[in-house]
Amino acid sequence: MKEKDNLLEKYSSRVFKNRKTHITQLGDDANTIAANTRAIPGILTARGCCYAGCKGVVVGPIKDAVTITHGPIGCAFYSWGTRRNKAKPSYEGEQNFMPYSFCTDMRPTDIVFGGEKKLEQGIDEIMEMFHPKCIFICSTCPIGLIGDDVQAVARRVEKKYGITAVGFSCEGYKGVSQSAGHHIANNGLMRQIIGSGDTKPTGKYSVNILGEYNIGGDGWEQERILKKIGYEVVSVFTGDGSHATIKNAHLADLNLVMCHRSINYVAQMMKTKYGIDWLKVNFIGIGATCKSLRMLAEYFDDPALTKRTEEVIAEELEAVSGDIEYYKSMLKGKTAGIFVGGSRSHHYQALLRDFGVETVIAGYEFAHRDDYEGRDVIPSIKPDADSKNIEEITVSPDEELFRERYTAEQVEQLKEKGVELDTYDGMFPDMKKGYIAVDDYNVFETDELIKTMKPDIFFSGIKDKYAIQKAGVVSRQMHSYDYSGPYAGFNGAVMFGHDVAMSIYTNAWALITPPWKRVPFIEGTVGGEE
Amino acid sequence: MLDMTPKEVMENRHITINPCKTCEPVGAMFCALGVESCMPHSHGSQGCCSYHRTVLSRHFKEPAMASSSSFTEGASVFGGRSNLNTAAKNIFDIYNPDIIAVHTTCLSETIGDDVGSYISDMEIPDGKTVLYASTPSYEGSHIQGFSNMMIGFMKYMTKKNGEKAGKTAIFPGWVNPGDDRELKRMAELMGVDYIYFPDHEGILETPMTGKYKYFPKGIGTSAKDIQELGSVKKLIALGQLTSVEPAEYLEKQHKVPFTLLPMPIGVSLTDKYLMALRDMSYQEIPQILENERGRLVDLMLDSHSYTYNKKAAIYGDPDIVYGFTSLCIEMGMIPKYVITGTPKASFVKQIKALFEENGMNSGKAVIKADTDLFYLHQLIKNEGVDILIGSSYGKQIAKAENIPMVRMGFPVLDRYGNTIQATVGYTGGIRYVEKITNVFMDRQDADSRDEDFDVVM
Repeated sequence: MKEKDNLLEKYSSRVFKNRKTHITQLGDDANTIAANTRAIPGILTARGCCYAGCKGVVVGPIKDAVTITHGPIGCAFYSWGTRRNKAKPSYEGEQNFMPYSFCTDMRPTDIVFGGEKKLEQGIDEIMEMFHPKCIFICSTCPIGLIGDDVQAVARRVEKKYGITAVGFSCEGYKGVSQSAGHHIANNGLMRQIIGSGDTKPTGKYSVNILGEYNIGGDGWEQERILKKIGYEVVSVFTGDGSHATIKNAHLADLNLVMCHRSINYVAQMMKTKYGIDWLKVNFIGIGATCKSLRMLAEYFDDPALTKRTEEVIAEELEAVSGDIEYYKSMLKGKTAGIFVGGSRSHHYQALLRDFGVETVIAGYEFAHRDDYEGRDVIPSIKPDADSKNIEEITVSPDEELFRERYTAEQVEQLKEKGVELDTYDGMFPDMKKGYIAVDDYNVFETDELIKTMKPDIFFSGIKDKYAIQKAGVVSRQMHSYDYSGPYAGFNGAVMFGHDVAMSIYTNAWALITPPWKRVPFIEGTVGGEE
Repeated sequence: MLDMTPKEVMENRHITINPCKTCEPVGAMFCALGVESCMPHSHGSQGCCSYHRTVLSRHFKEPAMASSSSFTEGASVFGGRSNLNTAAKNIFDIYNPDIIAVHTTCLSETIGDDVGSYISDMEIPDGKTVLYASTPSYEGSHIQGFSNMMIGFMKYMTKKNGEKAGKTAIFPGWVNPGDDRELKRMAELMGVDYIYFPDHEGILETPMTGKYKYFPKGIGTSAKDIQELGSVKKLIALGQLTSVEPAEYLEKQHKVPFTLLPMPIGVSLTDKYLMALRDMSYQEIPQILENERGRLVDLMLDSHSYTYNKKAAIYGDPDIVYGFTSLCIEMGMIPKYVITGTPKASFVKQIKALFEENGMNSGKAVIKADTDLFYLHQLIKNEGVDILIGSSYGKQIAKAENIPMVRMGFPVLDRYGNTIQATVGYTGGIRYVEKITNVFMDRQDADSRDEDFDVVM
């Protein structure tokens, strides 16, 4: 385990003590890691804040809602059109607020005297101009400190206009990362949106896709495949999702969970309240997509559906296998590192493996232990002061709508068959001995691990991208897909193979060293001149 | 695109929609990145630092190193002293810059964190500096944060010195590294011995070598130069709103007189910069610069028929908007909407005066500070323009209304190579006259019937 030791020895004893628990070089025994604890000030964590997790990740992509950033201008500016959560109207005339950024743009007087009035005036203006059916209010740091009550404002707005309005107290300082914001957003959606509609799905088998943000169009590729098989997609949380569909999510047959970290609270609460099972899927990777589709068919246990699933898989594989083989021939044997948020570092290992690429370094910005080690560890996670500040809401079975497809026993039987129901085993089982996992990675660790583990390509975010590239290592953004995508499903896998091969083999890499650094001056005289 | 924006303008809104500014701290971070071996440090929640590094990296296509105090709920209640102390220790231990430049955020400002006293109580390693600037996000805009950080550096580092040496200080204002290079080149050609602050040349445009260093020596304004700012004979401050407060500070504290000039964009504003340099070195303008000017004017005359009377919407940060308004006027264009999100009333006065200096009626234009791009879009819906000139966010309006667009200012998130080239100076003028003319010519080609389609234009 020398790479881990080499990395840690450069730290002071204080930092060493903390960071050694967040870095795991995988061994033979059960691997553990510390996660979801405070970042060390000054260490250059990649983490963002609670607001980023609530507004930026979960709430913001809901296209037919006006999401207001309540606070000074900055947070609204940075979260405006910067995440590539694609959306388009689902029908002619559907409202799509994705190109807009709404903010109360608080000034010193608002900080001193409170901003509730300005917020309400702003909402009046929004109602006059846009008539949205749903408004979200996301709080930034000062809001909680000055005592503005965004929930109370939301209640008044609901009463005044007869619309849905949700206040989120997702001030940046809450929790230890974006993760707190996910939880707060999940709570708000569960309390006020999910279950408020009554439009029943019409298809024989219907699903929600949870934790899919449609970055680069990923969700659309997933929907394409699911619809081709015959599933009805009731709602997507939340990429290209809408208030109009999420309110009916509780009437679907099954929840598919993509990003476990950001949405597992909703999945769990819907299981408790409505009896809907959730299936941990991964549509990133050809093998992973096939496996997910087969688990899904197995869940519904219908021979016709199973047959159709296999037909679609065969058709899709036929269409992409040539391209996949081609890119595999270019990528096989390479190694990769991935530092992303809370799920992709796991998901993308499957896709990279399709191309013969091993992921030797994997890390998360804001994951919890269960994202690494699996949900079995949850009971042993002790809540700390920071996580205790984030509200846990408890739900109970809905008297009318609670309906379980399978008994607990049957669920266990399905699990034994490999259907990953109501559970998630985390990233570690898919990593090999000697590989490195890092929780809450920072700039220093990224650079050091690249030096010692020497991956051929590194997938991370924009903050890391250029430093890695300047050090001579191929670097691609895994949050924004470097403005490409989709990477999900069958077509996405081809796109990903294309992009990775493109970045590794681009001609400019050969130009870094100028000829005068390689070719010495020719000394001496040319024959015959003397 | 922007399908729901109504045509009917709602004046004096309380809700800002599609902002044309961002918050102070990112300006402070950007400013501090222009100092040699300096780590900008965001004293607040992690998200601020993350957002700012992100937008800077997206604009410059470069790494933007900066650290955070990583406030939690506890720190927000009890204050951020221990977070800052821990941060400083770790930054010096792990990343080892010479300077940590702390800026505050709306969080640390709202709780009233006394960063100044935290720093004075702090154990700082020998030879290292920790300094700070107050940058509450709920005041001003990113431009103000940039100014405040400049003053922060001077407060902590600039030495009191009665004797004036022969150097000239140049404050470039908020510009790109390509501009820094151009402004310094002109000063060198004019024989001016200068201190240039801040200086992003070589920092936010590091050449590709296969090696990356956190804090390379010899690039960015040196600590020595900041210390000596008090002893310069004169300051040339560029950017009337970005550099005015730092200039006034230097004058008040160190008795350095200053000349405040607009950002030198186009012919006449660049002339002003050159004339100010001439006053410093008493040197004739070298032929090389006069030739550049001549080529720019020649280009304007050559291309004038494609730009004459074209209506422009110019939006962004006040100083660069002023510069582009001047350039557009020189090109025979009509600045129809001149807009900034930055809440500075003097912006409106300055632009109106610019119109008048050029014999134009400012009453026919909408000139507005403290507004947003939603408003600009509504104006355009009511009376269209031929071109949009500004940051990348205007591309939504450009697409919605099918108007050509030229990018300038901050942030430009969707262009490569933009920030390593000059916008200022005669060379920057040539670059932008070409860009602006090209979009009009491309539009004419795209719109023309086959029989009107000209190969020679």
